[in-house]
Parts: sequence; structure tokens; C-alpha cells
Amino acid sequence: MIRGEQLSKSYGDVMALTPTDIHVREGKITAIMGGSGSGKTTLLRLLAGLEKPSSGHVWYGDEDLCAMTDKRLYELRQSMGMLFQYSALLNSLNVYDNVAFPLHEHTDLDEEVIQTMVSMKLEQVGLRGFEHLMPSELSGGMAKRVAFARAMAMDPKVVFFDEPTSGLDPISSGVISTLIQNTARKNRMTSIVVTHDVSAGLAIADHVILLWQGRIIAKGTPDEIRDSDDARVQQFLEGRPDGPIPFSRSTTSYIDDLTHRPGTVRLET
Amino acid sequence: MTDLSIKQSAVSVFFGRLGRHALRGIEQLGDGTMLGLNALAMIFRRPWQGKHFILQMHALGVGSLVIIIITGAFTGMVLALQGYYTLAKFGSESLLGAGVGMSIIRELGPVLGAFMIIGRAGSSITAEIGIMRVTEQTDALEMMAVNPKQRILLPRIVAITLAVPLLVSLFDVIGIGSGYIVGVELLGVNPGAYMAELIAKITMHDIYGGWVKAVVFGFMIGMICTYMGYRSEPTTEGVARATTQAVVVASVGVLIVDYILTSFFL
Repeated sequence: MIRGEQLSKSYGDVMALTPTDIHVREGKITAIMGGSGSGKTTLLRLLAGLEKPSSGHVWYGDEDLCAMTDKRLYELRQSMGMLFQYSALLNSLNVYDNVAFPLHEHTDLDEEVIQTMVSMKLEQVGLRGFEHLMPSELSGGMAKRVAFARAMAMDPKVVFFDEPTSGLDPISSGVISTLIQNTARKNRMTSIVVTHDVSAGLAIADHVILLWQGRIIAKGTPDEIRDSDDARVQQFLEGRPDGPIPFSRSTTSYIDDLTHRPGTVRLET
Repeated sequence: MTDLSIKQSAVSVFFGRLGRHALRGIEQLGDGTMLGLNALAMIFRRPWQGKHFILQMHALGVGSLVIIIITGAFTGMVLALQGYYTLAKFGSESLLGAGVGMSIIRELGPVLGAFMIIGRAGSSITAEIGIMRVTEQTDALEMMAVNPKQRILLPRIVAITLAVPLLVSLFDVIGIGSGYIVGVELLGVNPGAYMAELIAKITMHDIYGGWVKAVVFGFMIGMICTYMGYRSEPTTEGVARATTQAVVVASVGVLIVDYILTSFFL
């Protein structure tokens, strides 16, 4: 259903994503995993149409997202939802109005019906009764749960999740993972989940894509990923600091830096 | 390297930098104009933004009332004081009303009013939009199929374009009134002479000129401050820089455009 063809993105001289082909299966959960700076959020934003690729195309069915008119793009987005890493709740609106926002914008439903729908969505995330609170009064975890309820408000066909469990306590994290899985299965919702939470990603996904340095290094079912004999995949899954994926990003010698040898960059210069 | 070649390279570096700044300025001018016009083009497109326009009129207009009243009052008072002592040297104190009125209506009302609105409302527009970018709220609107240009930029540009002439009119009335209090009540200028000169010397041309300036300034402030916020680097430092730039660019812009408009209206 959603297909990225030779997608790439660069910011100035930095190549965030090298030309990549990706296929997101309809009604399934696709997890995009990788370490920090591996390009997974960039890939998610390209697929969601929030950024234009430097090259390549994003296909929704037979429509190219990159060549679409704004009108068509907004029509398409009425059937999409997105959970942002830092929630992105609208600061000027309370919890109720945030969750009801897409319903107010795109439906002619009576306020009573909207109230019922908002209550149902908030009940799912365990926050019914908190409708009157402003985003500034919520903890990070609560804000994320409200953002989840908002992303689900229109019962979307496609949902993008950017780090849905980061910053959450284990219980909330488990609830959100289960909700993603249950909602996706029940509504046959296409879900694209960006995460570096290995256990959550492998537990809920039907298909996993592993990125490193802006390129796909492995893809397949969670079992195929677990059984991969690629040393980089195994290092990432086990969270080992030693291996083909270096922990340190420094390019100069540590000893040289400490001893201020000629040729090294000193902080005061 | 000889002295001459050092001088030549310094000159080329200077002009290189100047050129880059000029090009960047032109690029931003074009980008800002296109962004603002794109937003304005959606004025008649559904969904109507009437509710958001009224909210912005309240936030930007009503929120600036106090500062406009205070600035208008003290501007009128100081003009009356200065004007009185200058005119008294020529025995023309009776012209005080006309002097205060014309200065405020033609020049000080629109310009000082615009400066105050830039500081009070323009900076808040840039900071608010910038923070919305940092916290991905504009992206969230995009993903909820709500065009942020139509929802965020358009109501602010229209609201401030209409709020500035209203606030400037209030500034004028308060300024002339406070000038009257200082001139007539404190300094003893004849009240009849003050009002008669005021009414006789100020024409509708002066008043329209002041309003046109106010509308143009309001539009400029709206375009510049929304642009700076929307295109700010999505970091806390980026928002702070954009807010400062918005205030500086809008203030300098007001002075430049004021000169151009004044040369037309004289």
C-alpha cells in the first residue's frame, strides 16, 4: 500500500538517508528500528509526507505523495494519524479539545457524539476524567497517551508512531504497545512504528526494518531478524557496545586529544 | 604577501560577505512574500477562519490596549510640553493644538503605535509560531489535515493588519487628549484656541494618511513576524534569534516604509 522508491534525504552535506526502497504492508505493523541518528525518523517523516525527499518517490497505492496537490494530500491525511515523539499536543487546547480536534475539523458530528468518542479514546489510554487539563499540566507519559488518543480519534487507516514508548514508565509502555497491536489487528490499520525499543518493536511488529547510517541493513519478520547472522543486527538486538557498530562517534584519537598533540583540535582553539 | 594584495583580499572578503548577506536578504524577502501570499490566498477557502481571526484580534489587539494607552498618553503630554516651550518663544502658544494633533496623527501615532505593537504583539506572534515549530505542533496540524498556513498564519496576518489602525486611532485620541490636559490645564493655553487650531489645521487627508500608514504597517508586521516564526530554526536558540530578528526587521521596515509613504502623502 505504501511504497518508498529510491527514497533519499540529505541535509546540506549530511546524507540522512541513502537511496532506499521500502514496502509497508497494508493492515500490518511495520517497525523501523535502529540506533540514534540512523535515519529512522527521517524515513518516517518522508513516508508521512512531512518532508520532501531529496530523490525518489513515496507511493500511496498508485498516487505519488511527492507530486500530489495540497488538496489531495490533505484529503489523504484525513485517513492518517501520527503519534509524535514529544506528543505535539496543541498547547492552547485542553485534553478534550486536543483529542476532539480532528473530529471538530473534519466531521459534522454533534458535540454529544464527539464527547462520547473522546471519552472512549481517553478510556483506552486510561485518562478519562482528565479532559479539563491543559498540556502543561500533564506529565510526559500522560501527554503521550493523550497524543495516542488524538492520533486514533478518526479511526485512521494509516498511523505513524514516532518512538511511541520512549519516556514512558513500563506499565504505560506496555499499554501503548498492546494498544498499537490490538487497534492495528482489530481495525486492519497500517501501522509504521519507529522505535529503538528492541523488545517492544519485535513483540508487536509483523515486519521489521533495521537501519544503520541511513541505510537498511536487515528486514524481515521479527523471527528472521532475531535469527539474522549479520553481526550488526545481533549487536543492536543485544545492545552490546563492542562490535561492528561503533559506540563512539569521535574520529580523532582519544589519547591525542587528552595530550593536546599537534594536529588534534583543542577546545580552547 | 604584499601590502597591496592584503588590502585587495580584505576588500574582496568584505564585498563577498556583503554580497552573501544581500543575496540572503533578497531570498528571505521573496520567501516571506510567497509564504504570506500563500496564506492570504486561503482567505476565502473553507474552512473559514473567522473564529480564529476573532481570537487573534482579541489576543493581539485587546492585549495591546494598555501599552497603547500609556504610550499615547505620555507622547501627547511630552509633545505638549516641548511644543509649548518652543511656541512660547514666538508667542504662538495657540498653535499648540494643531502642532500636537498633526504630529500625532500624521507621524507619531502610526510609527510609535507600530513600534509598541511590534514589541507587544509582533514578538509574541514570532515566538508562539516558533515554539509551535519546535514542539512539532505545526507538523501535528499537517498530519491532522489542517493547513498551518491557513490556521496559524492567515488569522494573525489579517488580525494584526486590522488591529493596528484601530490601536493607532486610539493612540491618536489619547495623545491629543493628554496633550490638551497638559497644554490647557497645566500650562494655561486657551482651550478654545487649542481646539480651534486643532480642528482648523487637521484635514481628512492627514487622518486618511495616518490610517493608510497604520494599515500598511500592520500588514508588514503580520507578514514579517509570522514569516520569522514559521521559518525559524526549530531550536530554543533559533526561536530566540527569530524573535529578535522579527522585532528588528519590522521596526526598521516601519521606519523605511514610513519615509516612503510620507513622501507620497505630503
